[in-house]
Amino acid sequence: MARRENPEINAGSMADIAFLLLIFFLVTTTMNVDSGVSKKLSEKPPPNYEPPIIKERNIFEVNINRKNELLVEKERMELKDLKAAAVKFIDNGGGIGKPGEDGTPGTACDYCQGERLETSSDHPNKAVISVQSDRGTEYGTYIAVQNELLKAYRELRDRLCRERYNMSFTELEEAYKDDKNNEDLKKKVEDIKISYPQIISDAEPTSAE
Amino acid sequence: MSKFKKKKKGMPAVNTASLPDIVFMLLFFFMVTTTMRETDLVIDTPRLPSATEVKKLEHKSLVSTIYVGKPKDVKYGTSFNRIQLNDKIATPEDIPAFIYNERSKRAEEEVPYMTTSIKADRESNVGVITDIRLKLRDVNALKISYSAAKSSDY
Repeated sequence: MARRENPEINAGSMADIAFLLLIFFLVTTTMNVDSGVSKKLSEKPPPNYEPPIIKERNIFEVNINRKNELLVEKERMELKDLKAAAVKFIDNGGGIGKPGEDGTPGTACDYCQGERLETSSDHPNKAVISVQSDRGTEYGTYIAVQNELLKAYRELRDRLCRERYNMSFTELEEAYKDDKNNEDLKKKVEDIKISYPQIISDAEPTSAE
Repeated sequence: MSKFKKKKKGMPAVNTASLPDIVFMLLFFFMVTTTMRETDLVIDTPRLPSATEVKKLEHKSLVSTIYVGKPKDVKYGTSFNRIQLNDKIATPEDIPAFIYNERSKRAEEEVPYMTTSIKADRESNVGVITDIRLKLRDVNALKISYSAAKSSDY
């Protein structure tokens, strides 16, 4: 009998095995990006802290009851109307703004296009939106309300940004994110953010129990 | 010269010897990018609320997650208000310890950038979220993100 060479191992099915593994990982991989409504909490006040007195006209009160119904400025409202009401309130510009940190007196809002009513907010940087919910309110509704309020700010910022820099605020932020070292873009972003600062506070929830 | 006359062959077969290499390359790519979920959920996967004004969470390593939802095991009740930290059902009182533990895993200079992501079911109650928020404020973990799915309603 003739002596045979060592037969080579057949590697033809290697690809199949690798494919099998590949498909397993393809199926199990989830490329989900976590996203969410981000929020910065206020710091814990010192024990004998007295909250600053805010004029009634500068507070926009949003109440959500345990049946997920909205009460905005003591009137019932549907969720879809909330954004328009918030925009109207923030953009009212009926008085002068907060004095600057260096002691410069506050100025009237010259970019607001609101009705300048006596009964609504003085200036966007004084306008506080206070959200009070019940302990039994559904989280989904709460987020929907927060979202509508953020949308209102987004709309105002977009409008101002278009007027000043000819692009929407979203585009401006994107541009800044791509080019973090650009001082010019940074200044623009800061400018818009200071013009319409997001002041949304969460009041202690009511509880019916 | 018939010695050099070759037999006429048909189309040569495509060489597939490098196919396993290509497949392996893809395989390694997916193996490296796959992240297995490190915590097992003991609550039902929260049905996240949807919102349009969402921001992406950057720096995943700096994010600690608190889950809120309905526990799978009925012995913890059937409300949507149970909190899960790491692998266990917890109470709001456990949150400071959880945050300190998360902080100890990171470098000190990264602590101010840490974000707490709250993944709550849309049927959870605001009360429990408020409790969490107060506890987070006590330990100065001020950056939070309410996890929500991006929706477009335009």
